[in-house]
Amino acid sequence: MLAYIVRRLLYAIPILIGVNLITFALFFIVNTPDDMARMQLGIKRVTPEAIEKWKEARGYDKPLFVNSAAGGLSTVTETIFFEKSVRMFAGDFGRAEDGRDIAREIGTRMGPSLAIALPTFILGLFVTVSLALTLAFFRATAFDFWGVVICVAAMSISGLFYIIGGQYLIAKVWKLVPISGFGEGLDAWRFLILPVCIGVVAGIGSSTRWYRTIFLEEVSKDYVRTARAKGLPETLVFFRHILRNALIPILTGVVVVIPTLFMGSLLTESFFGIPGLGSYTIDAIQAQDFAVVRSMVFIGSVLYIVGLILTDISYTLVDPRIRFS
Amino acid sequence: MLHVKDLRLGFAAGQRTLLAVDGISFTIERGETFALLGESGCGKSATAQALMRLLPPAGRIVGGSVSLDGEDLLVLPEAAMRGWRGRRMAMIFQEPATSLNPVLTVGRQIGEVLERHRGLRGAAARERMLDLLRQVGIADPERRLDEYPFQLSGGMKQRVMIAIALAGEPELLIADEPTTALDVTVQAQILDLLARLQVDRGMGMLLITHDLGVVARMAQRIGVMYAGELVEVASREDFFTTPRHPYTQALFAALPEVSRRGTALATIPGQVPALAAMPAGCRFAERCPQVMPVCRERSPEWREVAPGHALRCHWQGAASVLEKAADLTVDRQIEEKTGLLTVDGLKVHFPIRQGILQRTVGHVFAVDGVSLAIAPGRTLALVGESGCGKTTVGKALLQLIRPSAGSVRLGGRELVGAGARELRAARRQAQMVFQDPFASLNPRLRVGEIIAEGITALGVGGDATATVAALLRQVGLPTDAGERFPHEFSGGQRQRIAIARALAVQPQLLVCDEPTSALDVSVQAQILNLLKTLQAELGVAYLFITHNFAVVEYLAHDIAVMYLGRIVEQGRAEEVLGRPRHPYTQALLSAVPVPRLDGAGQRIHLPGETPSPAKPPAGCHFHPRCPQATALCRERYPAPTAVSPTHTVNCHLAA
Amino acid sequence: MNGFQIVVLWSDVLVWLLLASGIGVGVLIARSPPLLAAWRRVGASRAGMASATVLLAFLGIGLLDSLHYRVALDGKPGEKTQYAIEVLSLLDALVGPLRTENEKTYSAPFATHLYAKETIERPGQGTLREFPRLRFGGSHLAEPAAAPADIAATAAGAAALAVLGWLALVVLVANRRENPGDPTVDRQNWPKIGWSRLWRGETVFAWNAVLLTLLLILLTLLPLFALAGDYHVFGTDKVGQDVLYQILKSVRTALIIGLVTTLVMLPVAVLLGIVAGYFRGWVDDLIQYLYTVLNSIPGVLLIAAAVLMMQVVIDTHPQWFATAAERADLRLLALCFILGITSWTGLCRLLRGETLKLRELEYIQAAQAFGVSSWRIILRHILPNLMHIVIIALVMDFSGLVLAEAVLSYVGIGVDPTMTSFGTMINNARMELGREPVVWWSLAAAFAAMFILVLAANLFADAVRDAFDPRAA
Repeated sequence: MLAYIVRRLLYAIPILIGVNLITFALFFIVNTPDDMARMQLGIKRVTPEAIEKWKEARGYDKPLFVNSAAGGLSTVTETIFFEKSVRMFAGDFGRAEDGRDIAREIGTRMGPSLAIALPTFILGLFVTVSLALTLAFFRATAFDFWGVVICVAAMSISGLFYIIGGQYLIAKVWKLVPISGFGEGLDAWRFLILPVCIGVVAGIGSSTRWYRTIFLEEVSKDYVRTARAKGLPETLVFFRHILRNALIPILTGVVVVIPTLFMGSLLTESFFGIPGLGSYTIDAIQAQDFAVVRSMVFIGSVLYIVGLILTDISYTLVDPRIRFS
Repeated sequence: MLHVKDLRLGFAAGQRTLLAVDGISFTIERGETFALLGESGCGKSATAQALMRLLPPAGRIVGGSVSLDGEDLLVLPEAAMRGWRGRRMAMIFQEPATSLNPVLTVGRQIGEVLERHRGLRGAAARERMLDLLRQVGIADPERRLDEYPFQLSGGMKQRVMIAIALAGEPELLIADEPTTALDVTVQAQILDLLARLQVDRGMGMLLITHDLGVVARMAQRIGVMYAGELVEVASREDFFTTPRHPYTQALFAALPEVSRRGTALATIPGQVPALAAMPAGCRFAERCPQVMPVCRERSPEWREVAPGHALRCHWQGAASVLEKAADLTVDRQIEEKTGLLTVDGLKVHFPIRQGILQRTVGHVFAVDGVSLAIAPGRTLALVGESGCGKTTVGKALLQLIRPSAGSVRLGGRELVGAGARELRAARRQAQMVFQDPFASLNPRLRVGEIIAEGITALGVGGDATATVAALLRQVGLPTDAGERFPHEFSGGQRQRIAIARALAVQPQLLVCDEPTSALDVSVQAQILNLLKTLQAELGVAYLFITHNFAVVEYLAHDIAVMYLGRIVEQGRAEEVLGRPRHPYTQALLSAVPVPRLDGAGQRIHLPGETPSPAKPPAGCHFHPRCPQATALCRERYPAPTAVSPTHTVNCHLAA
Repeated sequence: MNGFQIVVLWSDVLVWLLLASGIGVGVLIARSPPLLAAWRRVGASRAGMASATVLLAFLGIGLLDSLHYRVALDGKPGEKTQYAIEVLSLLDALVGPLRTENEKTYSAPFATHLYAKETIERPGQGTLREFPRLRFGGSHLAEPAAAPADIAATAAGAAALAVLGWLALVVLVANRRENPGDPTVDRQNWPKIGWSRLWRGETVFAWNAVLLTLLLILLTLLPLFALAGDYHVFGTDKVGQDVLYQILKSVRTALIIGLVTTLVMLPVAVLLGIVAGYFRGWVDDLIQYLYTVLNSIPGVLLIAAAVLMMQVVIDTHPQWFATAAERADLRLLALCFILGITSWTGLCRLLRGETLKLRELEYIQAAQAFGVSSWRIILRHILPNLMHIVIIALVMDFSGLVLAEAVLSYVGIGVDPTMTSFGTMINNARMELGREPVVWWSLAAAFAAMFILVLAANLFADAVRDAFDPRAA
């Protein structure tokens, strides 16, 4: 089992390198720094001097891979690839357009993001799994049928509608909570409760349906028949036998997103004015701040890969077949 | 004790309910074993599930009554019924591999029955569980209790299933094909165990099976089912000495065995009628050799021919007058010509990768030095239990799996390490027929396209359409079959298509990998007849891979017995079957349940199961299970000993 | 009548290519009984056929909107004809007034007056601040108070027409013969559908669901279009454009995003998935590595990065595009490609797993025993047996992509801001909820239209999955 986990950890390294290379290619090879400068400075009136100045200020004036002028070790280190890509592994993301240190900004914004994303995730998981279990329990009845119909309808509604509609109705018309903003400490719940609830509701349709399918697949397995033949009550069959087995496919989809919760949600944070990583990203995209977008791509990938490793580890906890081999 | 009266059940299909079981009645007394015998799809499993009220969601009980000790189970509320399941009546299923919950320990799964029905918890429950595991013959029960199903072998899983069933101390045990998924030697163990437990506890037992041999071994009374109806009920003696229903008689006549060598097996023409189109009269009428006009009009009533022997048949005759097909006389003495196929020291090893870097830490010795030869026009049966590597041998011969070492010479051409062009030429000479007729035909292609595949791929030439038509005739299918799709054919017909496909390139050798193990007895007889006819007409040689000794006795000229990747005994069929020298061959032969009253001869009990081919035991592979093992056996693998010019055996005892 | 020049946008080519290949696949299906049987099961599903009818209505709008042209400008004779810079579509021509009759700014649905007060000079009364009459909405009425009566009359007339037209359709269907799905019955002997079987839903094909949906569609659309000539039925937006017109234009964008994207990723996913599963070994390792890497990058961020980079390319090469429509069109296609590149991994992994199972099947080994080449085995034996997964993935992805477009356009990494789509409509209208009194119609219309489209797609996808999934059969 240890060898299994170590192997999964080692496998993460080439993937990280791959992600890094892809990001680099996307940002510096598909377009040259000159193109980016022209874009940022405005297409029409741009002088070569202005471009050079823009590039120099951001360190984009160096060669891509090999700096033959520098000599020595600097031949490799004094390059865009080393400074902008390789140093990301060390947590050095450079500076944003507004001159702030990206790494520090990320550090301060993780908290608010997590404050929204974590409760949404836990509450959402609880609600959807319970709903799905209920639907599966009452399978092939009118309750199940209408439950699925509602799920399909709910998943056909745009996520934007949940946010816009919820915010309008609850915060603006009924004035139950502040429309947007974020507070520190205990006071924060007033700002958090609405985005969390909306996040949970928005995910109900698709998740419930997906988990229901997983449960139904387990219901038709042979071991369930064995459990019934023992005379166990249906609730016990569900909670002891089916739930345990269904946990394995559910974990695949769930554990992998836990680390990426740090990234926050783009939409929720921007609509509710939460100073988290999601709104940071969206602002950077809209301001075309390449350095920030690049950093977020990298961090997002790192967190996803951590999620993959966590998934592998969680398998060993729920699946004895992996634990003992 | 158990009274089933006029039980009718069906499966919902759209708006309609298709009756799968139509009015069957039987009783089981305390301490009695009643066997429900029938071919696939006759409704025997559905009956068993209905007794427990565990039908799949589409299943409906339409009418009738099931009473256990006077209590009608079909009218009980579901909650009350749960108190009966596992307590008064318990069930074991066909597939031990999927019937246990993979993520719960063995102890947990037995324990929940004890808790539910016996109110046992904690140390008392654990004591009881250990006791149960010992009763079902599991060694080292303390350790096994905390293990998960995937850590147990197939036979052990079925033993655990039995322990679960026994935990509630039921009065009635329902065993639904309990040994079908197991090997012969393990089957013998499980059948012995079931018989012993039943006597010890005085349970009633309902045994669902398709195997006449199992019936002969286990049952006291037998009910034969056909197309959802019970057609004959008889005591064991009556059943095996004077079967009266034409269907029962046909089942016996279709069995391959050594006495029928050289003759064609009796077959049952046609197919079981579909659920949606049940005939009004006797359901067997269309296939019955004794059919009379009245059979098609009126469903026969029950008729008692002897005390305890009843049947539903209009025909009053007794003896079987099944039409005997002309003798095939396949066994014309074939001259021992130069070998068509010579295999020498064939090895197939699969690497086991483990650890952080996935280094090769060992090998699965699937095939470990097999040598054999097949002469033109003869049949060599390669016999062994699952996991012994017999299928791998077949595939390695055709280079579908690349051998690790050894030589395969086909018609003087070396195949191991041969290039693509040489192999192409060889592929015309040797072809394969697979086990599962449902997986061996591409469902998206027409039958004609399937059969013509080899003709086009190997460029056999000639008019493909005419060839396909001729082949279809040869295997006994209508010529318009070529335009249809595989799903329109039954299992036996599909196997004919697979044989036609293999024959399309006119091979001299056909590797048949368990071609009849997925088929019912009556269909198996058709395929065996066909194979014999083809051999007589075309002079094609067969490598017949099987675990079924009855088929071997009927078909094979030569036999090779495999155990754990190696051949332990080979020779002429009459030598190996008549005078087996290897203890494993002897045990295998004695473990086969024989469908006769006198079948229960001296049985050799093999302990344990086949070890993993990744870690074969030192010395003779068989010594841990061998009743006659000596110190020498534990040390050295025996060299081949020639018992006769054609009969060799790898055993120290024979040396 | 002015002359015109046909403009072929790249996305038009793809749309018609898709339609052609759809018909081609249909012909192939008709020749393969197993697939045909699956589609007949879809045809028997009521929810599936009702949603298919709705989808076809949307598809019709999208196709009409995919024939583009430029009108010739009036010029002196003898001179080379100049064409208008604006690219129009057949749909624009059909709904003519909807496109051209723009108001000054917001107006509510069916309004006769503008939504904002304006300072108006009245001769003799000086300046007044009041709600001015709309230039087009309800302008045929002398008295605005007569509007409700006028609306009701027009709507009732159109509804009556709708019912009449529908009844004619019912008669047509009831007189058809239907294939009972039994190959032994000749075409001449196919049973007639007839009134009662239609009514009780006993037909093989779910005709009653189709007809009921058609009735609903007709009852909605005919009155809507009858009224649209005189009123802005869904109101107007900030710059006075008719919201109904925007909705109609958004349909094509949504369809292209949903269909072209899958078309882009399909060949990649199918090829790589099968190759990885069939050949295994280092090929498999490489492909698995590739999709794990792509999967690791969070989807939105990868799309954001790619779209930003694409925007740089488009902005630095203005000379590539003759019209704004062409530029927007290319951006739309680029978005499809980017979405395709980020979304093939899921299907690829699914197909790889399925191929791994298939290649162990005995009919593949039988083909190998004949020495059939690997590529021929893939083409003949593996691909046809994966088709159901591909079809299921295709219909399942559609709705997700339509929803994703809205989110991406909101974030600013979706379609070109000048291109009408549900996303840009929502993005433009979302600030209006903050106004007092609230402007709700633009948002509501966009969300409602999107909901209907996505719901229909989801229901259809369910029907297709149920019919094709071998486990369900």
